[in-house]
Amino acid sequence: MRAATEQVLRPEEIPQACRQLTEEGARLQMAYAWFPEPGEPPEVLYLADRKPHEPFALLRCRLSGTEQSLDSLAPRFPLLGWYEREMMDLCGINFRGHPEPYPLVLHEGAHAVIPPLDPRYPHDQMVSFTAEPWQLPPMEGSDVQVLPFGPVRGDVLESAQIVFYYIGEAILHCHPRLFFKHRGMEKRFEGLLPELGVLLAERISGVDSVAHSLAFCQAVETACQCEIPERAKYLRVALAEMERLYNHLYYLGHLCHTTTLKVGEAQGKLLAEQCKQLNGIFTGSRFLRGLLKPGGLRRDLDLEALPQRLRKLEPEIAAYMRALETTNSHLDRLMTTGRLSRKTAFDEGATGPIKRASGIGRDLRSDHPYAAYAHLAMEKIPVRTDGDAHARAQVRMEEINNSISLLLQALENMPHGPVETKLSAQAGAEGLGWCEGPRGSTYYCVHFDGAGKLARVKVKSASFSNWRVFPFTVHDTNMMDYAINEASFGLTMAGCDR
Amino acid sequence: MPIWTLFGLKRGMATSSWPGKEDANLQTGVLGLPQFQPDRCQDGCRACAECCLPGAIGIEPGPSGERLTLDYGKCIACQLCTEVCPADAFRKSNDWAFGVRNREDLVWAEALASRPAQELTEKIQQCFRRSLHIRHVDAGSCNGCESELQALNNPYYNLHRLGIFFTPSPRFADLLLVTGSVTYAMREPLLETYNAMPEPRWVMAMGTCAISGGATGGGYSCAHGLEGILPVDMYVPGCPPNPAAMIHALLVLLNRAAQSVQGGHYVQ
Repeated sequence: MRAATEQVLRPEEIPQACRQLTEEGARLQMAYAWFPEPGEPPEVLYLADRKPHEPFALLRCRLSGTEQSLDSLAPRFPLLGWYEREMMDLCGINFRGHPEPYPLVLHEGAHAVIPPLDPRYPHDQMVSFTAEPWQLPPMEGSDVQVLPFGPVRGDVLESAQIVFYYIGEAILHCHPRLFFKHRGMEKRFEGLLPELGVLLAERISGVDSVAHSLAFCQAVETACQCEIPERAKYLRVALAEMERLYNHLYYLGHLCHTTTLKVGEAQGKLLAEQCKQLNGIFTGSRFLRGLLKPGGLRRDLDLEALPQRLRKLEPEIAAYMRALETTNSHLDRLMTTGRLSRKTAFDEGATGPIKRASGIGRDLRSDHPYAAYAHLAMEKIPVRTDGDAHARAQVRMEEINNSISLLLQALENMPHGPVETKLSAQAGAEGLGWCEGPRGSTYYCVHFDGAGKLARVKVKSASFSNWRVFPFTVHDTNMMDYAINEASFGLTMAGCDR
Repeated sequence: MPIWTLFGLKRGMATSSWPGKEDANLQTGVLGLPQFQPDRCQDGCRACAECCLPGAIGIEPGPSGERLTLDYGKCIACQLCTEVCPADAFRKSNDWAFGVRNREDLVWAEALASRPAQELTEKIQQCFRRSLHIRHVDAGSCNGCESELQALNNPYYNLHRLGIFFTPSPRFADLLLVTGSVTYAMREPLLETYNAMPEPRWVMAMGTCAISGGATGGGYSCAHGLEGILPVDMYVPGCPPNPAAMIHALLVLLNRAAQSVQGGHYVQ
């Protein structure tokens, strides 16, 4: 696969190779499987992120026809646990010795005739489903109560069920049940031309439309060895930062909602709305959709008046963040809430602002620059070590400032010229694309078939990684802090469930 | 705390006076669903139908050769048809107020029946007068619709001023607002919520996914929106519909605004 150094291994060599990579300082990012030929056994791929500016490492291994199983790596690399369970559900691969060998993506009681990601899976046939009880951790003691909260929750929220084991106000254990919203998005890419695939990528997580479509476009461009024009690169940076801006401002407003700081909530959401309105004025879409395409941008954008609008907004945002940081009632609820240690963050796969708030200073924009980020002056990556809700909010506040600075730089240095180039899909090409979205790192792996259409697209979203980490900050805390803690993670369900 | 009181007072009021006054609806520049002018269409050109991911544009044999069909209930406003059409038969537009009471009104009709756009239903006026409580259920969306629904409570749109509220309990709800294409796992919770609502009750399909599945309908885990699952009283296509389009649709449901679309034609 282009953009990564590959090792083709036998199944039994995988554990040793993973150990060696991590000993060299790499961090595993994800694992997935696909079926290169219909009716043949699948291939499993592991992606690891080496040190900054070093190419990504990819381990590939083709399973043999007789036994479609592998040793589970989850006991040693916990962050792979969910990826392995996903492969069990969707690709029919068995992982020996998995610590949590239960369904994840497809709920208990959902039965597919053959694994859904098998290319032979019948088109438009919904899995059969009769709800079955699902695996919950056993809990003893007469005082312990169980509260299943969701999937339809209060307010306007995305669907998910959170099961609490609690005594009075104290939460003993938190067990989220997700993937109610699993829409089978990865399967939908099969057989599409890349120009249409990007429309799907935009709709995997609505508020991360740019992050997903950008990672997808870059994966396709890498696969097809297509160099996009300079202006398109700068415009892509501008769009990605506009997306970060409205997301982070909304995040701050929503965090105030959970700490019941009413005016703070109103102001955060007002600023987010102003950014969305700017998106509408300058791009035609409040979610910045319909702009990116493999090969560049679908049309040129006139952003000349944007810096002036941003400079008007900047002092308002700064004053808002200053006020938040001097409000004791707000800070009291955030500090020490939902602590995530560096080790747990690293081992369980935390990404984006969550890992940076727990002391891991990595950011794909500076570590593996894409689009025009290499030509722009990046501020230092904001890092906090407290790992609590306040640290997560502070990281995002600093990112807001960095975003505005990057956006202004990109607009100021915007080169003239075309915004797209012709892209010709190559039979059998493969590519990796990545992007640091508002919620963290997003990876796309793209495989083309013999006719130049998409055969397999793997989506690694930031929320999938962070939802796995989240419960570790909830066990042994209290009910009063739960809503604040969940808001401080700032996750989407759509991105996680896909 | 006093700093926030001062902060709020200094900031002043942000709420838009739309739709009371026909001034800014805050959607400047926002693209809506494409405009269709079939008389410009060139014979034998299938460019638009071929690039339409959700199949909103189709081709059927007509008396004089092939003819285009258009269903706004499937349109995800991706604007691709407006970019590939060589004859400008599809054009970008700002037509976003697309909420309709009948599904047929989203399907392009060659000739419009002369019936007026939906008579006022007295029943809804008697039941709800000027207040409405909504229970929202996310049945498998991309979070775009939720983001815009959440925006309805920001100071600009301030939905409460119109007497419309979100309620956590289906027992207090008059309207079930559904987003998403209805996954196999959300089907039961959705029906349970509906069954927990007292009658009379209404259902709104918000966003193209909830109407027809859009780009995310079908496959191994999704239905085609509310088709065949629940009776729908109000359809709001868009991907996602913007907050003003959502408010407009709620007001159309309450007979407080006029429907803009009939037989797929957008009337100002």
